[in-house]
Order: sequence, then C-alpha cells, then structure tokens
Amino acid sequence: MSSVSDASGFRLGRALSDERARSAIFQLLVVLGLALLVAFIVFNTIANLQARGLQPGFGFLSDPAFFDINQNLIQYDSQSTFGRALLVGLLNTLLVSALGIIAATVIGFVAGVLRLSNNWLVSRMITVYVEFTRNVPVLLQIIFWWSILTTLPRVRDSLSIGGTIFLNNRGFRMPAPIFEDGFAWVIVLLLLGIVAAFALSRWARDRQMATGQTFPSFWVGLGVIVVPAVLLYLILGQPLDWDIPERTRFNFRGGFNVTPELVALWWALSTYTGAFISEIVRAGILSVSKGQTEAAHSLGLRPNLTMRKIIIPQALRVIIPPLTSQYLNLTKNSSLAIAIGYQDFVSIGNTTLNQSGQAIEVVALWMVVYLSLSLGTSAFMNWYNRHIALVER
Amino acid sequence: MTAQPFFRQPNEMVAERPPPAATRGVVGWLRANLFSGWLNTVLTLAGLYVLWLFIPSVLDWAFFNADFAGDDRFACTGSGACWAWLDQRITQFLYGFYPDGQTWRVNLALILLIPALAPILFDKLPGASRLRWFSLAYPVVATLLLIGGFGLEEVPTDKFGGFMLNVTVGLAGIVLSLPVGILLALGRRSRMPIVRTLSVAFIEVFRGVPLITLLFVAAILLPIFLPSNFSLDLVIRVIVVVTAFASAYMAEVIRGGLQAVPRGQYEAAQALGLGYWRTMGLIVLPQALKISIPGIVNTFIGLFKDTTLVIVIGLFDILNIGRTMIANPDWLGLATEMQVFISVFFFVVCFSMSRYSIYLERRLDTTKR
Repeated sequence: MSSVSDASGFRLGRALSDERARSAIFQLLVVLGLALLVAFIVFNTIANLQARGLQPGFGFLSDPAFFDINQNLIQYDSQSTFGRALLVGLLNTLLVSALGIIAATVIGFVAGVLRLSNNWLVSRMITVYVEFTRNVPVLLQIIFWWSILTTLPRVRDSLSIGGTIFLNNRGFRMPAPIFEDGFAWVIVLLLLGIVAAFALSRWARDRQMATGQTFPSFWVGLGVIVVPAVLLYLILGQPLDWDIPERTRFNFRGGFNVTPELVALWWALSTYTGAFISEIVRAGILSVSKGQTEAAHSLGLRPNLTMRKIIIPQALRVIIPPLTSQYLNLTKNSSLAIAIGYQDFVSIGNTTLNQSGQAIEVVALWMVVYLSLSLGTSAFMNWYNRHIALVER
Repeated sequence: MTAQPFFRQPNEMVAERPPPAATRGVVGWLRANLFSGWLNTVLTLAGLYVLWLFIPSVLDWAFFNADFAGDDRFACTGSGACWAWLDQRITQFLYGFYPDGQTWRVNLALILLIPALAPILFDKLPGASRLRWFSLAYPVVATLLLIGGFGLEEVPTDKFGGFMLNVTVGLAGIVLSLPVGILLALGRRSRMPIVRTLSVAFIEVFRGVPLITLLFVAAILLPIFLPSNFSLDLVIRVIVVVTAFASAYMAEVIRGGLQAVPRGQYEAAQALGLGYWRTMGLIVLPQALKISIPGIVNTFIGLFKDTTLVIVIGLFDILNIGRTMIANPDWLGLATEMQVFISVFFFVVCFSMSRYSIYLERRLDTTKR
C-alpha cells in the first residue's frame, strides 16, 4: 500500500486492485440489484392487487371462516374466525408431527439395531423395508395407506376389537378417558415421583463416582414413580373412568374418533422417516470403532453394559445431528396432508386463501410458521448436541 | 521309573481334522446366522411367519390370480389384481398429453441423456473430454426437443404430463440448481458480510419451508409478482421454484465438498498468484464438485420423489394421471394396482440411482485404503 499512497483523488483502476474496496463495491452492487428486484416485485404486486380489488393486510384473520374442520383440538365451529381456523390447523400439524416423531424414532432405532443383528433373515427383511420405503415418494405412501384405510367396512359393519375399539372407514372409535375429581393429584404425584427418581439417580451416580458402590437406581426410581401414584389412585377410589363407545343405529355414541386421515398420515410419515432414521442409527453404531467394544469386554463389562455405557453414548453423538434434520423433514412432509384431506396448517391455509383471496398473507404465515418450527427445533437440537458432546471429557 | 510326559512331544504332529460338522456347510451357516441362541431363533421363526403370511398372498394377488387383458374393469374376473389398464393407459402414464405422433422426441431426449451424463458420472470413459461439450449443450437440445420450434411442431408445456413431467421437472431443477447452488455455497463461505448473510438467509428459508408451500407460491404468488402483461406457463413457474428449492440443498452439499478440500490447496493456488475466481474455478471447485457427486445424486433422488407433489397445484404428473384413471368408470377403484405400479416405477429408478451413489461414495472414500 505504501507505494501507492500518493492518492490524489479517486481512481477506479486503483480502487479495483484493492481487495477491500472491490468487495465493498461488489456488495454495494448486490444490495442495489436486490433492492431493484424487490422494488420491481412490490410495484407489480401493488398494480396486480389493485386490478383485482384486493386489500392487503391481516385484517381478514378476524373475519368468520364459514367452513368446517373435521378434527379440532380446540373449540371451533364454522362461525369462528380465519385466525382460529389457522390455529386449529397449526395444532393438527403439531399433533401429527409429534406423534410421527415418536413413532419414527422407535421404528428407526428398532430397525437400525435389527439390521445390524447377526440374524441373516431379519437383517435382510429390514433391508427390504428400508430400501423400498426410502425409494418411493412419501406422497404415494400416504395416499396408499389412506386408500387402504378407506376400504375398511362402513360404520354399520364396524370391526370391533373386544367391544371397546371399533374400526370403520370413518376412522378408529376409541374409549375416551374421563378424569374425575382428584385425578389431578395422581398426576401431580407422578410428576413429583419423576423428579425424585432423577434426584435419586444423580445421587447414586455421585456416590458411585466417590465410593465405587453401585445402587439399583433404575428399579428403585421406577418404584418411586409408580408406587405412590398407584396407592393414591386406589385411596381416592379410582378417579379415572372410560367412556366406551356404544353402537347406535347409524353411528357411535361416546368415545372419540381418530380419523383415517390422521392414522394414514401418521403411519406413512412414521414408516418413511423411520427408514431414514434406521440408516442413521446403523451408521452411528458402526461409527464406534470395534476397539471400544473389545476394550469394554476386556474390562469385564457385560454386553448389555457395553452397549449402554460405551457404544450408545458415542453413537448418539454421530446420530443426533442428522436425526434433527429427519425430524424437521417429517414436520415439513406432514404438509402433504392436503392430498388426503387431513386439515393441517397448509390445508386450512389453502382453504383460507381460496375463500378470502389473501394469498400473500397466507403464504407469509406459512413461511413464518414453518421457519420458526425449523429454526426452533434446530436451536433445541444444537443445545442438546452441545450437552451430549460435553460428555466426551 | 519314568514319569509319563504331561504334554506331547513337540515333534509329534497331530493330524489335521475337519471342523465339527455343526459349524460347517449349510448346517453351520444356519446355526451361525439363524439359530444362534434362543433370541435369534425366535426372531427367525417370527420372520419366517411374516414371510409365509405375505409372500404367497401378494404373489397370488399380483400374478397368479390377476387379469392382464381386457377393455375395462369388468373384464377382470379373477380374485387378484386387474392389470388390463396397463395396455391402454401406459402411453398416458409415460407421456401425459404429449401429442401422439411426437412422443419420439421425449424418447430421444431421454436417450441423449445417456451420452450427456456418461462423461460426468464415469470419468474414466474414453473420449470423455469431448463428450463433455455435449453434456453442456444437452439442456438446450433437450428443451428444444421437448418444446419444439426450429421446424419441430411446438408443444405447449400444459401438454407435459405423466412420468415425463416428473423427469422434466426433476432434471431441470437439478441441472439449473447446480450453478445457483455453487454460487450460494461460495457466498456462504465468502468473507463479504452482506453476501454471506444473503446466502445464509436464502439457504435457510428455502430449506426451512415445505416444498408444497413453494409450489403454491409458483401457482398463486408468482403471477402477482410479475407484470400483468407477462405470463409464464405453470410448468415453467414450477421449475423456477423447484430450482430455488433444490439450489438451497445443493448449496449445502457443495459447501460440504468445499470444506473437504484441504487448506493447502487454497494456499498453493494463492501462492501461484491466482485470484479468487481462478482459485475457485481451476483448483478448488473441480475437487469439491467431485467429492459432492454422491450428495448431488442423493439430492436428485429426493427432488425426483418430491416432483409428485405437483399434483396439489393441479399438474398431471404420473400420480395424478393414475388418480384420474381410477376415477374413470371403466377402471373405477383400481387404486391399489395403480399405486403399486407407480411405486415400482419410482423404486426402480430411485434405487438404481442410490446404488450408483453408494458405489461412488466407496470409490471416492480413500480413507480406508
């Protein structure tokens, strides 16, 4: 820089040969181009909206929606507002995602472990399941399971499982729990038991660290959780009842109905994502070097303890990051609900969009909601990942 | 009195004996792999039971009790599947509403894909360097073949449908997303704060939202964003959106490749006096892209499966053609047959691609050697 310090005014050639100036100019151009693009879009949008006589804004959310939703977790009827309808949809999305994440994790871990088993037949069968499920579009699988469920008998000829659960083409009718006075105390005691069990296992670990003495913290902890709650439940006179569905002439009375759409979507998403998770689990377990197992065995740990104390903690560190993205994929794939008429956030957004014409606002809501779900989940998983990584040393 | 030696004399050789019968041959294999312990035995028996339950009935349904010929579903009298529609509808499943006499153009575009892809996928091919020019020209050639012009009959894009639409949208998305993805990946690793922020924002937004919402953007919002006297076909708008979606994923795959290139390569290029673009274009990207090919193939598999989502905005891809067919009185209710057929179709294509990507990963993985 010293040789060119006799800067007498601005010269383009000199500015271009300086890296900082060049990058400043380049970024200025990028910003300028982006601003032009945005201005172009805004200009067109205003013109197009005026031509169609649409008022932009989120005011429509408090207008009545006038459409029905077949599965609502909160109070909703056709007089409710668009805003409430969208909230119902969001809850439906969260419901199927949460159920799917639980089931996919279980399926994925079981399949991943079974695929590594010594049993030739079982590992081959799991391979067939994984490869087939992964290589067929999930939308097709959702439609497939849904069309199977809708071939169940009609309501009148419902299949009965022990007279308490009824299967028909309108869904699964299940007994609904009725919570009577005092059941809340059982729940409270259960939660207290869980806290106590955690404290116990911590104490047992610290004691083992200090003295080397072991303590059966799992079984004692389980007892601490279950026994007081069961005792209280019996003392209070079993304050939990079941509302068992009864056949009436055309339908059922009592119980609650799980729609075939929810079951099909949940099952398809769980098996699809489970196949991906099983691959992640398999890779995670294989990533722990064989020397770790051999070292654990030579220390005298039994296979069960080797798995729990040596292999799984190390495998989890490899498993967690891709697992997160599978959970996010499942949540995003739950938007395929629209193809079979499960009224999730996207589906209700689409109905709202058609009825109110407020396309930009609805799409903006979609983006904001899914982005916050993704960023929220990945933030939580990053935190968890750091937490697990600390175990290393 | 001489003591009996406790061990054999070292010069006394024991004759080799075969391993015990139970650890050899079929019996040994069975014992080791299927019946080693009670848990394995239970698993094996359960597995056999499941197979016995499913395989015969599936085979009966799909082949032995199935009907293969006829003009409508009433011709199917067997208790199994009804495949009679395949004969009549296969053209529609493959080409959608593409004009009858012109389907050779679709086939030709597909066949030309082989020489276009070969030099990229198999780099030891003789004459690969010359074929690469054809690879570069292929997107233009294929577009001309499909849409027409220059003497070929023009085919509007709303005639695109069936499996051809899935392939077109998937391939166009992946090919167009490659350059965009490279730029985004470079942008994300750039030292310029504004460029980096914009790249990260683009990547996170498009990876964070479901493809379906983006398809609605293509169907409903893009016409609002564009001048009213300027209209784009729905298929083109879908390709634009799918490209943006895929390039966000592509950027992450390529970023992985860029990170795998050792620092020394950058430094060596700088020591030779190469600027940013020549460092990237001549030294870093060729290595990074080669490492990224398995990831790119996996992205393509995912994208290709996702092309079925276009049914929600009313395009007639293979799945939607199938859904229309089973709503037709002639073939009413053949949902399972249709779904099985399309599943097998996708499975064959995606499975072979994923095998290729695994083969490539093994070949590129030099750590084990």
